[in-house]
Amino acid sequence: MHQEYTVIEGDFVNAGKASSSVKKTLKQLNVEPSIVKRVVVALYEAEVNAIAHAYGGKVLVDIDSDKIKMVVADKGPGIPDIALAMQEGYSTARPEVRDMGFGAGMGLPNMQKNVDKLNVTSEVGVGTTVEMEVNF
Amino acid sequence: MFVHALKIDDKKCIGCMRCLKACPTEAIRISEGTAYIQEHRCIDCGKCHETCPVDAIYINEDDFQMVHEFPHSVALIPAVFLGQFPEDIRVSRIYDALVDLGFRHVFEVESAANIFAEAKEQYARENPDIRPLISSFCPAIVRLIQIKYPSLVENIMPIKAPLDISAIYALQELQNRGIPREEIGLFYVTPCAAKIAAVKAPVGEKRSIIDGVINMDSLFNRTYRKIKEQGKNYISKQSRTINLSSDAILSTLTNGERRICLAKKSYSIDGIQNVMDFLDKLENDEVEDVEFLELRACDQSCAGALLSYENRFLCGARMYARARKAAERERNGEVPREREMDKMKKFLIENSRVEAPQPRSMFVLDKDRSKAFEKMERINRLKARLPQIDCGLCGAPTCESFAGDVVINRIGLSRCIFYQRHLERKNDITRQECIAAMNAVWGDDRMKEE
Repeated sequence: MHQEYTVIEGDFVNAGKASSSVKKTLKQLNVEPSIVKRVVVALYEAEVNAIAHAYGGKVLVDIDSDKIKMVVADKGPGIPDIALAMQEGYSTARPEVRDMGFGAGMGLPNMQKNVDKLNVTSEVGVGTTVEMEVNF
Repeated sequence: MFVHALKIDDKKCIGCMRCLKACPTEAIRISEGTAYIQEHRCIDCGKCHETCPVDAIYINEDDFQMVHEFPHSVALIPAVFLGQFPEDIRVSRIYDALVDLGFRHVFEVESAANIFAEAKEQYARENPDIRPLISSFCPAIVRLIQIKYPSLVENIMPIKAPLDISAIYALQELQNRGIPREEIGLFYVTPCAAKIAAVKAPVGEKRSIIDGVINMDSLFNRTYRKIKEQGKNYISKQSRTINLSSDAILSTLTNGERRICLAKKSYSIDGIQNVMDFLDKLENDEVEDVEFLELRACDQSCAGALLSYENRFLCGARMYARARKAAERERNGEVPREREMDKMKKFLIENSRVEAPQPRSMFVLDKDRSKAFEKMERINRLKARLPQIDCGLCGAPTCESFAGDVVINRIGLSRCIFYQRHLERKNDITRQECIAAMNAVWGDDRMKEE
């Protein structure tokens, strides 16, 4: 089952649209509540990242009976050092974004914690693609 | 399966769809001209009851005659019951009238509010890893979480509500006076449907110790009639009233639990839609650091309960007036009578634990995930063919829920009038079939010739 969502730069109001919709689908599929929670938390983080750091992008979700694959691909500045970005507390967020309670440098580490597979690819000046997989 | 207190009277129901649209869990459908409740989705919140224009939705109560069957019948009344009466009627007068109606003893449920608060604090200390903790006070909220927010079920505190704690106390207190159990009848005066359901089918308990449930509105009628009959020259029996503490009186109102809880960060939210909006966020981990949640299904909490005859704000105002008087007495050093319960505190707190509530999700399409997956794909395909205007003419509240009904309950797709026109255009449906589909939802009577 394939679902697609568009995220727009700076549109914090609509952050969480994709994760809420995915949440409902997984509940219907009788996926264990703790797994649903992990999926939702990781996807929400990725959505917020694309909104806060990039110039928007796309969320592509593929749900099977035994796993979910999520791809959040943004057009944006890219991440020069992915290993550094994976460290807790490291953030390049603008002050105004931090003032809104985002950009604590927990985004990627939090995704890592909640998914079974995480793959981040990035090209500076082009964008970042976060691929995540969670098994049911 | 849940036991429910809300019922629909087929003979009165006009199939007007108001309840269909009002139900927060999409539990209602229309079939053969009248509404019915899908039991696995109903949380007994009473939104349907509020909106029904012909009083077709009713709440079952036990026969009042049962009160006379026990030599020691006990009325367990909620503080909002007293909030129903005009301010010039004294609390002792209401107690007197209850005795005249056949109750040998009157206990106020909120007497247990402070014990309930202590039991919660103790649970919070013992379980530092579970946050936020959600109060078990409102049974409609407990059920809402069970069916709609299964991942939050473990956040509900497995503690009996003040109602049950006060029932245990009343029973123990009377037995201590040497009265045998079989002579004691515990009657709970309920302000809402959810509490009836909680008594008849408690979550996390085998059975309740309460012998009968009486609806607050019908008891108000009986009591008020009695007071009017007795007239102005009535000589008071000087019933010993329970002078509750101000904390206890306010505990059933919004903020009542929160204002006395020790949590650093807590919220109190009333109204079922407000609660759902909040829980959606909480489930996504979008709410940080909150330790305690007081969630109530009714606007203005129990003052706005279904069986409250009085306006919720006026009822609330009377309760505040009573609480102010109580606070003054407390300042003068008077100990509220509810403190008598403290002698049993340890026993009551030990007996206030229930088994953890279990999730019973209303969303699950099939226990077998691959079957659920198949069904979901069919629902999504169907949904795309429906008009998405949620008109309700198919008997389901939304196009989406109708698509679900078609796949799960094998309801005919031709109940959708848009789809019907589509079939007509292709000459795939006869006029008789169209009428039959319409009658299945709206009944034969509506289509009768003038």
